[in-house]
Amino acid sequence: MLDLLQKKFPIDVQPYQVIAQKMQCSEEEIVKQIQAMKENGIIRRIGAILDAKNMGFYSTLCACEVPEARIEDVAAIINKQRGVTHNYLRDNQYNIWFTLTASSNEEVQSILKQLECDIRIKIISMPTTKVFKIKVSFEMSGTNAI
Amino acid sequence: MQYDDIDQEILKLVQGDLALESRPYLKLARKIRISEEEIAERIRMMQNRGLIRRFGAVLRHQKAGYTVNAMTAWKVDPEEAEPAGTIMATYSQISHCYLRDVVPEFDYNLFAMIHVKSDKELSQLLGDISRSTGIKNYTVLKSIREFKKQSMQYID
Repeated sequence: MLDLLQKKFPIDVQPYQVIAQKMQCSEEEIVKQIQAMKENGIIRRIGAILDAKNMGFYSTLCACEVPEARIEDVAAIINKQRGVTHNYLRDNQYNIWFTLTASSNEEVQSILKQLECDIRIKIISMPTTKVFKIKVSFEMSGTNAI
Repeated sequence: MQYDDIDQEILKLVQGDLALESRPYLKLARKIRISEEEIAERIRMMQNRGLIRRFGAVLRHQKAGYTVNAMTAWKVDPEEAEPAGTIMATYSQISHCYLRDVVPEFDYNLFAMIHVKSDKELSQLLGDISRSTGIKNYTVLKSIREFKKQSMQYID
């Protein structure tokens, strides 16, 4: 069921009806199951994952070295920035890592400059130069597989 | 890449969470006065054109059993990155693999996101990747806390 929802979600005017037919159950049952998976947090959302680059956007991975005592504050300031989609505390000298997406390289640079002012810490930016893999779905069945 | 005003309305809807209703495109179809079929067709077209990379459920890894999520970064000569990246891409436990333009302060340039179910599995996998790619110099950036994770809102 999860595999179907992730990888073969029907682009159809009645998608849940199509899934129900494949799973040989009622549409109501499918809707109920998806609702439950959303409520318990397994499914974040159902929709499109857009391609930043093809949409004409520019994104970069950023990191900064934040003193322990300032982690909460700095993370909150970064979180508030529009275009920050991921923000993590990681066990490295550079401990806060986030991704920033904006409509152009210029906009990314100007946001980073402003953020550096706001947090008073240098931010390093590491844009992608080559993509070897983007896999956004995971195998849910099987014992040792992702 | 170009998209028109109708595509934009559709993208605005599908960049979020699709309504859990029998006919999730009905409301938008009425609003922009096109058929639900045309909306579905345009979504397919935008997928073919590469604006939409994937359409379907977006899961939370932790909740789906992948409790160890590590960003790993490998130090490789940019000229030798191609074979290493190609090898890394074949691992099912690696979801993303990118070569990045890095800085002298952090000069590990080949990034791979690993999702596994235990620390033991992670260390075995790291050894395996190191052997298969020939890269000995790498760093593991395990996530300690998630401050934010959401999909990009491309269209306001």
